[in-house]
Parts: sequence; structure tokens; C-alpha cells
Amino acid sequence: MDLSTTYLGLKLRTPLVPSASPLSEHVDSIKQMEDAGASAVVLYSLFEEQLRMEAQDLHFHTTFGTESFAEALTYFPEPEEYRMGPEEYLEHIRKAKEAVDIPIIASLNGSTIGGWTEFARKMQQAGADALELNIYYIPTDVNLNGTEVEKTYVDILQNVKSVVSIPVSVKLSPFFSNIANMSKKLADAGADGLVLFNRFYQPDIDLEELEITPHVILSTPHALRLPLRWIAILYGRINADLAATSGIHSAKDVIKMLMAGAKVTQMCSALLRNGIGHIRRVEQDLTKWLLEYEYESVQQMQGSMSQIHCEDPTGYERAQYMKALTYYRKEYAYI
Amino acid sequence: MQRQFITLDGNEAVAYVAHRINEVIAIYPITPSSPMGEWADQWASENVPNIWGTVPTVVEMQSEGGASGAVHGALQGGALTTTFTASQGLLLMIPNMYKIAGELTPTVFHVSARSIAAQALSIFGDHSDVMATRATGFGLLASGSVQEAMDFALISQAAALKARIPFVHFFEGFRVSHEVSKIEQLTEDDMRTMIDDQLVFEHRQRCLNPENPVLRGTAQNPDVFFQARETVNPYYQKAPTIMQDAMDKFAQLVGRQYHLFDYVGAPDADRVIVCMGSGSEAIHETVDYLNDKGESVGLLKVRLYRPFSMEQFIKALPASAKAIAVLDRTKEPGSLGEPLYQDTVNALYESMNNGGAKFDALPKVIGGRYGLSSKEFTPAMVKGIYDELKKDIPKNHFTIGINDDVTHTSLDYDPEFSTESDNVVRALFYGLGSDGTVGANKNSIKIIGENTDNYAQGYFVYDSKKAGAVTVSHLRFGPEPIRSSYLISKANFVACHQTVFLERYDMLKSLVPGGTFLLNTQAGVDEVWDTLPRNYQEQIIEKQIKLYVIDAYDVAKNAGMGNRINTVMQTCFFAISSVLPKEEAIRAIKDAIKKTYGRKGDHIVQMNINAVDQALAHLHEVEIPGAVTSRREQPPTVSERAPEFVRNVLAKIMAGQGDDLPVSCFPEDGTYPTGTTQWEKRNIALEIPVWDPDVCIQCGKCSLVCPHGVIRQKVYDPDLLKDAPATFKSTDARDKAWSGMKYTLQVAPEDCTGCELCVEVCPAKNKTQTRLKAINMAPQPPLRDTERENWEFFLSLPEVDRRNIEVTKLPQQQLQLPLFEFSGACAGCGETPYVKLATQLFGDRMVVANATGCSSIYGGNLPTTPWTKNREGRGPAWSNSLFEDNAEFGLGIRLAIDKKQEYARELVQKLAGTIGDDLATALLTADQRDEAGIYEQRERVALLKQKLRDLDTIDAKQLLTLADNLVKQSVWIIGGDGWAYDIGYGGLDHVLASGRDVNILVLDTEVYSNTGGQTSKATPRGAIAKFSAAGRPAGKKDLGLMAMSYGNVYVASVAMGARDMHTLRAFIEAEAYQGPSLIIAYSHCIAHGINMAKAMENQKMAVNTGQWLLYRYNPLRAEAGENPLSLDSKAPKKAVIEYLNMENRFRMLTKSKPDIAERLFKLAQADVDRRWKHYEYLASRSSNHPTDK
Repeated sequence: MDLSTTYLGLKLRTPLVPSASPLSEHVDSIKQMEDAGASAVVLYSLFEEQLRMEAQDLHFHTTFGTESFAEALTYFPEPEEYRMGPEEYLEHIRKAKEAVDIPIIASLNGSTIGGWTEFARKMQQAGADALELNIYYIPTDVNLNGTEVEKTYVDILQNVKSVVSIPVSVKLSPFFSNIANMSKKLADAGADGLVLFNRFYQPDIDLEELEITPHVILSTPHALRLPLRWIAILYGRINADLAATSGIHSAKDVIKMLMAGAKVTQMCSALLRNGIGHIRRVEQDLTKWLLEYEYESVQQMQGSMSQIHCEDPTGYERAQYMKALTYYRKEYAYI
Repeated sequence: MQRQFITLDGNEAVAYVAHRINEVIAIYPITPSSPMGEWADQWASENVPNIWGTVPTVVEMQSEGGASGAVHGALQGGALTTTFTASQGLLLMIPNMYKIAGELTPTVFHVSARSIAAQALSIFGDHSDVMATRATGFGLLASGSVQEAMDFALISQAAALKARIPFVHFFEGFRVSHEVSKIEQLTEDDMRTMIDDQLVFEHRQRCLNPENPVLRGTAQNPDVFFQARETVNPYYQKAPTIMQDAMDKFAQLVGRQYHLFDYVGAPDADRVIVCMGSGSEAIHETVDYLNDKGESVGLLKVRLYRPFSMEQFIKALPASAKAIAVLDRTKEPGSLGEPLYQDTVNALYESMNNGGAKFDALPKVIGGRYGLSSKEFTPAMVKGIYDELKKDIPKNHFTIGINDDVTHTSLDYDPEFSTESDNVVRALFYGLGSDGTVGANKNSIKIIGENTDNYAQGYFVYDSKKAGAVTVSHLRFGPEPIRSSYLISKANFVACHQTVFLERYDMLKSLVPGGTFLLNTQAGVDEVWDTLPRNYQEQIIEKQIKLYVIDAYDVAKNAGMGNRINTVMQTCFFAISSVLPKEEAIRAIKDAIKKTYGRKGDHIVQMNINAVDQALAHLHEVEIPGAVTSRREQPPTVSERAPEFVRNVLAKIMAGQGDDLPVSCFPEDGTYPTGTTQWEKRNIALEIPVWDPDVCIQCGKCSLVCPHGVIRQKVYDPDLLKDAPATFKSTDARDKAWSGMKYTLQVAPEDCTGCELCVEVCPAKNKTQTRLKAINMAPQPPLRDTERENWEFFLSLPEVDRRNIEVTKLPQQQLQLPLFEFSGACAGCGETPYVKLATQLFGDRMVVANATGCSSIYGGNLPTTPWTKNREGRGPAWSNSLFEDNAEFGLGIRLAIDKKQEYARELVQKLAGTIGDDLATALLTADQRDEAGIYEQRERVALLKQKLRDLDTIDAKQLLTLADNLVKQSVWIIGGDGWAYDIGYGGLDHVLASGRDVNILVLDTEVYSNTGGQTSKATPRGAIAKFSAAGRPAGKKDLGLMAMSYGNVYVASVAMGARDMHTLRAFIEAEAYQGPSLIIAYSHCIAHGINMAKAMENQKMAVNTGQWLLYRYNPLRAEAGENPLSLDSKAPKKAVIEYLNMENRFRMLTKSKPDIAERLFKLAQADVDRRWKHYEYLASRSSNHPTDK
């Protein structure tokens, strides 16, 4: 069975790619991913803002209270060097590249234009096969209009593209007035791929402490509906590869995404829950399904259920939502 | 190798040499010598080798006694070995110094000479410590400047190896150890040339070696000891020549010629001063100045004080000398004069008698004391001494620099006399510790030192308070080497980095006419004039001062630097002062920023560079109006209602005028009144907590955690509110015990440090706006006046009767008056809440023995003392003996109390018939377990005293002086982990074993906090601390477990932030237990690198992860057949890493040494798992534990 696919110009053995998660913080785990059949790995994200906060935090705490009191002019020994910058991450890329044969996609989350370009360049130098820009941004300023928000995304992408030669994908949130148009803008601006969608950590309220609790909730298979729709809609309409992420837990989820038009499917929650070996099981199930339904290759099915190729293109549009709701009401009479 | 000019302080200069010419370095931290050991340790951790290519081994010991023992051993083991110390530390080394010298072992102890604690402790510089070692057989070599300190560090080692006599190389603490100066740096080649390898080999050959065994350290008897002791004489006879040879060799090599005694001044001087150390520099400067003006004076600088070469001493003095003043920076009460004076007299007398003297007649010799505890020693004082020498009968045994109006020893001098040269830039900077002023100035000195031919000097005066600490930086720059070993009193540039200082200090007093004043202010360039106090306006106009302003906080904030205005103000200094061309200066600042902050990442660098650029754009010169417009006067330092001693003495110290106070002002025996912090209104909080009675649940948590005792609560009769100020808040008391009464939570607005701990622990949230609690921070200035009035009214309300308070209930217990308030501890201190709690519970019958350390400093540093009294005049009586002996000191107090009580009881029995059998019986059988019992016993004692006063028998008189001891007294032995785990552990252990009723409170910050964060045995695994730059590899010592092994010691491990009720219970049980009690209290600390406002969360996390256990081991439970150990914390719920990640002391290891961090953090988890299992096992056993009280 030919499970191969291409993504960002990279020839991959299967469409199964672990997405950015803490699982890729250790080279051993990356090796395990390769052994379990991952065709590429997206490394955990380097958060420029976090690096900056860590630097500020360290600076604050190593200077706080110093040069104030004659007996204690400092409180900490000053190490020769700190590993404050992206060096650790870059080193990690290098080690990962040495340890495995599959492509390593570095993931970058920046908060300044300078940060994006500088770190992107360094990641390429460290040997990353591709970059995934994780543009993680929740605009809350009521005076900031959508056009400006969209422009920020495009500017970041163009800046990064101007300094690297490796392929670049953008991981997006679904919160745009017209995600289709936004996707096209990014593709036109040079994105080699779009990863749909980023899951933001959603806040909760602790009723005992009356505090906001930002704890992480892993995805459930229901989450795949959102990227499924937009991949199906965008397939064939924009000049960029589509990668699916959110809610992909089983081979069937993978198949759905491939049919909608994804070049690869990225898994995170399923691996955190079931372990890295889960990749192997998904691949086995995928092969089994393809055999059972007499597909020859993954490529054969890619986009087959996209909006441009499916029987009922309106199925992906708003009207369908209305129908669904009506059905829902019938089913649960008490609503 | 080319020699470089570098700018550094004396400690670094000495450590630089010592590290390179030794193999083993054993140290123990003590101010002001600690940085030398820290440098060596840092270099060792960075693999900086010595001149032979191997990295010295640096080891931190448990005390200076231990360090000197290790040094002795390492020397006997044949390694080149050194140590660094000062003051009490040097005293602890004395026994080993006799041994080391007696065995003719070459070594050099580098000593930043410091006062010895007598009537008080002082961390500052003089020669008292060194003088105490005169008899040890060590040679004593004095250096007087940073350059000399580096040079002599090498020369002394070279001479020691040759002479086989060990040396103390000393230099004044702070004046030399901490002065930053531009000097020529010796090279490793210089060191290789000076240190003779053959002598090193010989030193090794003398070592203990089983291949060639010898025995050293016999016991000798009356028949031979004496003779054997005299065998060393030839070595001492040769030593001065050997030292001079080393100095000559050094001169040939480096070009700086030193002599055992260096004479400077007129060859035919009739008046000569003999002096040793940095004071010589000020004298040297004055001699040059006076001789330029036509006088004929001279100075003899003593370099090698021991062995004292009479021959060279006499040779160095000019034959023309008619009058000699000998200055000693030490005091030897009861002597015929201080040591150098006596040696001088002796030398002159002997040489005259021997016929070897060159004088026609014996010169007049007077001796005097100067500069004790870094007291200023200025050219004005030097001139005063030369003037005195002109007199026919000059005053002998004088003092200079103080006004001794008791025994009239002091010499008069004209304080306005100055030798400051016009070509020296003299700049003064007033800043806060927290705004980074000192760091920026140290940086400026380096910039000027490295970018110009100018010499540079920086000296920094720090605060005695830790919260809101004020710093004054004294910087000099000039084309000639700077000898001015004294503070700047005539500045040509003054910078005020904090607007509030305008109200507190007269900063322009020291600014010369035409000088420049730079002010950080929020007032715009057009408004600033009217914001200045009157005395400022007057001086600006009169002295034609140029005034520049900048809103540095605004600039710093916009550059992302928060309240660190250091870079902004530094830039302004360079822009205005013209020390360097502006463009060059800016470039140099930016280069320095890159060098300083580069390792912390580009972001930090960029932030500072932005600040530089923005500073220039926001700096403005103010056009000075012709007339004074201000009516604002500087407010009085303390209230007129303050006691006389506070107004006349302490207030002067507060105002920075302590130098002007005469001897007669001070208690002769170091005894000071308590309760004086209440008069020092520091107003350092920008924001203070404000109470919301509607939200408050009256739980008492805020007042419990308040480190400064500024949050108080009272319940009282509603009628009392009729006189309340309009804004005074109250509400109905919630506790049923106080039904019908009113409750108020009041904040002391002028004493609060704004730490926010109270707000963080407040559990009550506003139901409509959850960001608000029952107390919330609000800007202080608008509240100051009204809340001051409210605070005073609050204080006037009656205290709740202690007999009615159920102390095991926190909300009630917190109504007890704290007898520890407004200390100088850091804002958010983790120690003081425990101390304060103890005073609430037991303060009115408490005697405290306090180990030296943070708690003795915030508890006992002048001007004011936080230990205070209640309305009846009762309160803790407090004393600090030493660092190492606190447990024994406390035990001694207990023994005295017990003995006096025993005697009092015997007398009561004896006098029963006279005072009444009923009273006698009641006194002797009183149950004093609770407040009511104590109250009643006090009533009985009062009655007893009344009766005794009417009796004229000796027994009655005896009992009258002992009667107070019939009331239960509570002895508290308080100190930090450095004391309890390390230096004082032997004594602590012995006191625990004594079975006596003492309460030992260990404020465990897991590090030597007071001396700047050195590792103690309480430091947990994986924490970065000084001497553990790569994370402490070993686990924390389990002091509690060790104490439990006695079986009859009450032991508790508490963390107030994790469970306050547990802490309260432990304190009550510990005090009630009639044997030794040990409370180990988790105390968060500024040295942990944490958010101090949220520090109670760290305590909680420490307990939730099992890093800190809560338990109580109560021998009484064992007596009752129960397991004495109650493990009071729950099984760890979270991984230790969650706690470690909250604190920079651990977190920074992941940034500096990630691999080590990963390994140590795993071990830290294993420690916790193992310890939890062990305690769980111990707590679950059924008890058959015997007790032996």
C-alpha cells in the first residue's frame, strides 16, 4: 500500500505527523516517533515571548535586592554564561536531525518581527527541514480592526520567507472574518502550507477560588469537524499544502481529513493520551481500511471529498448548519 | 605579558592574586571579606587555574574555626593554602594561628580588617581584629589602597615562603575591600617571578607523608617547652629583611617600591605622623598639600607591623622629627596606649638607650585613636593632628574625628579644611538600592577607567535598613592616582535619583558653588522649581548651581525597565558632566551594556540601549529664577512627642547626622531602649493596603503574615467610636466571643513597606469585583494624613484583655499586641512574621538570645529597634552575643533565670511567716500555664514586693530583687540556618541535650541571607547559592530528625504560608513544653529569587510537593503512650519540580547548567520521596518511646 504523501515539498512515507507538543522535547521521544512510523515530526514550539519573559525574569531576580545592603551586595553567583536564547532549541534541532532520518519541522511562536526572522534564520541554520509558524495571537483591543490583524499575519510570513529558503507553513486559528480569504492571502504571500487549526487554551473559572484557571484540555474527536470543513473548502483553491490538526485520534479521522484534502494529519492529544506507539496503530488501521475499501494509495483519496470534488458542495456551507440544528431539535425535544 | 589597568575593588584585587598562588582555599563568609571567597569559588567553578596550571580547591567550612582548622591541615598536608576573613572570624582562627606560626608554616591570611563586637557589633573597618592576633606569631602586613592590596597579596606570599613565617595581609574593610579603584593589574608572569618554586617544593617536603613519617604537635612539659618556644627567634629576626627583599624584587619587576616603613613628606619635617593602612593615604594627600603651602610635615607609613623592625623604623624617621603622633585604628581599653603607639615609644626609647638613634633629643610622642568602625578620617582631621603637634604639650591619648565630651580626649579641627584638587571630578549620587544606582556607578567607573587616562575611585555608603534602602555613591575621577580615602564633602556634581530625598536630606550642602545638580522628578522642566524645598532654592540661587531634570521613571518604564532607572541616570551623568566627550561616552555606555547584559540575552541589552537613547531626549536644563518662591521646609525627623533620647540622639542618626553626636549622648554599656522604630516614619511604601470592612471575614491572616507589624486588629466597645476621626472604619465583630463589640483592621500608613503579602493571603473576595479583596493596595500619599490620624486613634483604643483571648483560634490570637514592629527587614520578609507571632504570644515575659545574622540586624541595628513594649511597660528583653554561641548564650540566660527563681522560691518559703503563708503558698504553687494564671501570679508578685519593701531584713531585700522571677519567663533562642545548621550547631546540639526549658526558633531561609546568599547545610539540593554555583549537589541536613533522636526535645517544622494554624499550634506547644523545644520555620527570602509578594504561595507549594514537611514531635505524647511524631502535612500532591520552578535559585540552574539541573532535580524528587516515606513510617509506629526530661 502506498501511504506516501508530499507536504511542503517534502516526500513523506505516510501522512502521519506528530504535531508540536511536549512529546518532542526529548530526542529519545523523537526517535520513538520515527520508530513508531511518524513520517516527519513537528517540534514543540519555541516561544519567543517566553524566552523574552524568562530573560526578563532572570534579570529581575538576579538584580533584585542587590547593591542595597553593605553585607549582601548580591544574592547569587553570576554564572559564566546563561542559555537564555534559542540556543537550546537550536541544539535540539541539531540533535534531532542527527538522531532520526525523517524530516524535522521546527515550530516558532514569535511576538516581534525581529524575533520571528532572527529565530527562523537560526532554525534553518540548525538544520530544520521546514518551519511551522505558530501565529498564536488573540487580539483583544476593541480599536484594532480585522484588516490590521490580517496584515500582521501576512507581514510576519513575508518577513520570515525573506530570510529562509526552507519551506514555511503557517498554523492558523479559525477566528477570521473570512478564513478562506485569509488562507489565500497567506498562500499568495508565500506560505508553502497551512496548518488548520491552532487550538487555543481556553480559560475556565474556579468557583472555589474565584480565579481564572487556564488548564489544558486535550482535544476530542469532535474537534476535527472544524478543520475538516475548511480543509475541504480550501482544497484546490489556494496554492498551499493543507495540514490537518485538532481532533485526529484514529485512522478514520485521518482518512476523513485526507479525503477533505489534507496532505498530512497532525496528531497531539491522541499521542499524549495513548503514547507514541499510537502512531503505529493508526498506520495499521489506515492500511487495513485502505485495503478493505480497495484504495491503492493515500494520494488517490486526497481531496476526494473536498468541496470541489464532492457530490454536494453546499454540504460544507452555512445552510447545512441550519439543517443540522433543525435535526438536533427534533432529536432532543426538550431544547 | 603586558600589564593592564583595570577597575575593581580591594576584595577582588586580593582574591585575584590569592587564587593564582594557592592550591587550597578554605573559607567561611563574613562581611566584609565574603566577596574574596566568592570570587575564588566562582573562578574555581569556571576552572580558572593558578600559576602552576591547576585549579585551586575552594571549600566552604562551617565556621572560621573550621576554616582555620582546614587551612592548618592543608598546610600540614603540603598544599599552598589560604583563607579570607575578618573580625570575629579572625578571632575564631586565633588558636590555629598559634599552631600554624609555631610550626613555622608559610601561609597568608587575607583579612579585610573590621571592628570587633564590643558594646555593639559593627561590620565596618578598623584594626581591632588584626591587633588581637599580634601574639600569634603571624607577621602583619598592612596595605592602604586597592593597588597596595593587590601588590601586598603577592609580596606577602613570596616573603612567607622564604621566611617560613605566616602572614596576615590586611586592609580596611569597606574603605579598601569595597572601594572600586583603577589600578595596574599584576600578571601571572609577575606572580611566577615572585614566587620561588624551590620554596614551594620545600614547603611540600615538610608535609606529613607516610613515605617519610614525622610527628608534629607533641605535648611538652615544663622542662623543655620554654626552650623549644625560643627556637623560632632566628626566623623572626630574619623576616623583616626577607620581606624587604621581596619588596625590592617586586619593585624591580613592577616598578612600585615599597619599604617596611615608607616615609613621605619633608626630609626635614619637625612633625611626623605614624600610621598604618588606608588612613595613610589621606595623610599622604594632606602632607603634600601642607608642604606645598610651606609647612614641614611628614608621614611614616607602617607596612610591616610584625615582626616589627626597630632598626628600619628608626631609619625611616627623619632626624629632624621633634613631635610624633602615632595613630591607631583600634582601641585597647585600660592600656597605656594603643599598640602602634606603644611600639613607637618602645622603639624610640630602646634606640635612644642603645645609642643608635639619630635624634638629638627624644621626640615628643603622642598616640591617638581614629577611624574606628570606618569613622571618617579626613585631611581636616589630619591637619588638626599636625596643629596639635605644634603645641608645647600636645594632648596624648587623643581621639580625632569625634567629640569626646566625657573624658575630653578629642582634638579640635576645622571641618571646612579641604585638600580636594580642582582637577578631580567629584560626584555624589543619592539613590535607592532598588533603582540600581550603585550598579550603574560601578559601571561608570569602569567606563571612565577603561576609556580615559583618568584614575577613578568609587565608594558606596549603604543603608542600615534592608527595605527601602538608600545608597550614596561617592565617585572621583582625575589625572593623578587618587589617595582620598574619605567621603566626598565638596562635590561638583550631585545627582538625586529619588524626589522624596529632597524632603529628607540636604544634598546641596556638599555641592560647591557653580556645581551641577541632577534631579529625577516627575515635575516638568517648567514646574520643577516650585516643587523644590526652600533650602534647595536658596542654595541653587546662592551657589549659582546648574539644575538638570529628567523623569527617569517615565523613561525607564517606556524602555521596559520598570523601576530600574540606573541606565537612564547614568546616561544623564555622562551627558552633563563632560568627563568624556558625549558621543564617546554614549558609545562606551552601550558597549558596557552589551558586556554586562549580553549573557542575559539580546532583549535585556536592547532594553537598556533604548533607555540610553531615550534618556538624552528627556534631559533638560532648568532656567533658574532669580527669587526663592518655596515655603516648603524639611519636616522634623521625628515627632515632638518622641522621648528625649529619641529626639536628641536617635533622630540625629536617622537624619544622617550621627557623626556630629558627642560621646556623652551614648549609653556606656551598649544598652538601648526598645520600641523606637515607632518614631522613625519612613514612608517608603508607594502603595499601602486599605481595608474593606464589608468584605472582611476577620480571619486574622493578613495581620499574621505582615512582616512589619503594620496591620493590626482590635475589638472594642462601640461607645469608643464617638471620638473617632471621620474616616476611621469599623464594623461589627463577627466572633461570637465579641458579640456587641466593634472590630477594626487598621494599617500603619507610614510604617508599611508595601510588600503586599497581606493582600495575597487575604481569602475574602469582593463578590461583585473578584479582583478586589478585603484589603487592597492603594497609593499611599493621598492616604497618608488621614490614615495617620486613624492609626493614632486606633492605638488609643484599649487592648483586648489577654485573659479573654483564646489563643488557639487565629482570629482571636491576632488581637494580641505584637511586640516586634516596623523592623528594617526586607519588604515581604519571611522571618519576621514568626518573630512577631512569638512576641504576640509570649512577648511580655520573653527574653531573647539572638544569633548574629539578618534577625540581629533588623532586630538590633541602630538607629531604632523594633522590639517593643506593651502599655504596662513589659516586653521582650533582647540581646545578641555572637553568631557562633547563640544557643549557649540563651542557655546561660535560662540558667540564670532558673537559678534566680529557685533562690526566690527558697526565700519565699523562708519568709512565709512574714509575708503570709497563704501568699507564699499561692506564689509557690501557682499554675502559670495560661494568661489568667500568669496574670494572677503577677498580681501576687506585686503584692509580695509591696510587703517586702516594708521589711528591713537582708532576705527581704534579696527577694525583692528576685521576685520578678516568680513569674514564668520564656527564653527564646532565635537565629538563622547559618547559625543553627553550621556555625552554632555544636552549641545548639548541646543545649538540646541539656534538657532545659528553652525555645529555639530557627528562621530557615536555607542560605546565609545576611551576608548575601552563601550555601549553608540547610540549602536544598539543586539550589544555586554562593559556593554552589553549579547547584548544591548534596541534600539538606535534616536538623529536626537529628533533634528528635534525643527523645525529650519538642521539635516542630512549620511553614506559615502553608498552614498558619499549624504554626500557631506549634509555637504554643513548644513554649508550653518544659524542656528544650526546636521550631524550624520555613522562611522565604529575597535570596531565593522569588516574587516576595506571593511568597506564601511558595511556602504552600513547598509543602504540597513534600519539599517541606509539617510535623510536630511532642515528647509529652510519648509519655501518654502515643507516637510522639505527628506528621501534619499530607502526602505530596505535586511533583517537586513545580516548586523548584517557582524559585530563581533553582530555575537559574536550568539556564546555566541544564544537564546538572536535570540530574539534581531528579535527585531532589528522590529525596522528597524517601524522606516522606521515612517520616510516614516514623509517624505511624505505635509508641513505646521513653522520655527523660
